[in-house]
Amino acid sequence: MPWTPNIVGFACQWCTYAGADLAGNLRCKYPPTIKLIKVPCSGTVEPEFILEALRRGADGVLVGGCHFGDCHYKEGNYKTSRRMMLLKKLIEDEGFDSRRFRLEWISGAEGMKFAEVVTEFTDQLTELGPNPVKEAVKA
Amino acid sequence: MADKVKVGILLAGGCAGCEMALVDLSERLVDALDALEIVFWAPTAADVKYKDLEAMPDDFIDVGFVDGMVRNSENKHTVEVLRKKSKVLIGYGACAGLGGIAAMGDLHTQEELFNTAYKDSWSTDNPDGVMPTPEYTLEGKYDLTIPSFTDRVYTVDELVDVDYFVGGCPPHHEHVMKAIELLLSGQLPAKGSWLTGGKAVCDVCKRNPAETGETRRPVGKVYRMIDGQPDPDKCLLQQGYICFGPITQGDCGSACLSANVPCRGCGGPLPGVKDYGARCLQTIASALADDASTEELMAKYPQLAKFVYRYSYTTGKIDRKTPAA
Repeated sequence: MPWTPNIVGFACQWCTYAGADLAGNLRCKYPPTIKLIKVPCSGTVEPEFILEALRRGADGVLVGGCHFGDCHYKEGNYKTSRRMMLLKKLIEDEGFDSRRFRLEWISGAEGMKFAEVVTEFTDQLTELGPNPVKEAVKA
Repeated sequence: MADKVKVGILLAGGCAGCEMALVDLSERLVDALDALEIVFWAPTAADVKYKDLEAMPDDFIDVGFVDGMVRNSENKHTVEVLRKKSKVLIGYGACAGLGGIAAMGDLHTQEELFNTAYKDSWSTDNPDGVMPTPEYTLEGKYDLTIPSFTDRVYTVDELVDVDYFVGGCPPHHEHVMKAIELLLSGQLPAKGSWLTGGKAVCDVCKRNPAETGETRRPVGKVYRMIDGQPDPDKCLLQQGYICFGPITQGDCGSACLSANVPCRGCGGPLPGVKDYGARCLQTIASALADDASTEELMAKYPQLAKFVYRYSYTTGKIDRKTPAA
């Protein structure tokens, strides 16, 4: 069986998770590479979770939140934005390809967008190949 | 008199600062010597050789202290021997538990490190480009060896079981006395714990806005220490001087803050924090006002990983840049 990337997705329950739901209702086609974890708000996704996922061999991590101004908790996604900016830089500093990590704002009405993002991300990760950390952890 | 508690102290890949901290206990250490017998303290203070340690029966030492990280084959060997000879092993100082300053070397390849150390720095005079070789035959008959570099920095607990940790770079007297008191009283926490008060630096810091009754505001502008002189009474984080006090253990009594210097996290992570650097980002990002100030932070600290993992890179999650040797 050919290798396919394994994506861990953190989806805010108010927007991106609803968006994924809508993608299903609309019968959108996207590759079965993403495993979604529903979280109360993208602001609850700690940078530690993302590093842990990458460390344990996830080939990519997607964090999805509400568009600015739409956050159910008013400013959770603004915090997410700041944290993920810093995290991306940290991942690069550590000599890791930050393209394995992606932050997207997907609303509950954007089922199509969710499917497009997952498809695009999967293609990108397929090009990048398996997560190099996975091999190092095994050894 | 009852038997004294036998203590062994080993300097692995550290700078001997931790040993200095022990010596700094001065009279208090001398008093403690009524109850303690130092059977091993190498290579720093006592005239005991590694072979003497190897000759000791297993579990001969009651409490073994290791300070420093594991950076070469000698460190690895002596740490393993000390573990066998000790009933209780304590990782002493930031290096032993977190990797310490040397662990930042893991952000580079071994080649880069060696080139900087033996070729490129301005004070190096090495026209033949001689590099350390672990094995060398001198004049065709003497086989000489030096310890070889490990593929990366290891914390002591990655190689052997460690019973307790003490934080600090170097551990503050209070860290040390706390550990010694706990050991002598026998009221020890669960294995693998840090021997600490469990409070954050902010908890013991006099500048904490909660103490001074100020309202916390988002930080709009980021400063480095070279950019100016912070107000000596107000919270440094609030003034834009990035401080790791919120997630660092404060057994130091916020010593750096008292000297108007921000916390850099040598005390070790608060309980529950697994990845110190990642938690730093989270805390700092929450304190910053907007994306612009975040951009400013990244511009001012171009080596973000070295900034947030100054003492703890080995315990970071994806520290695998250096290919295995």
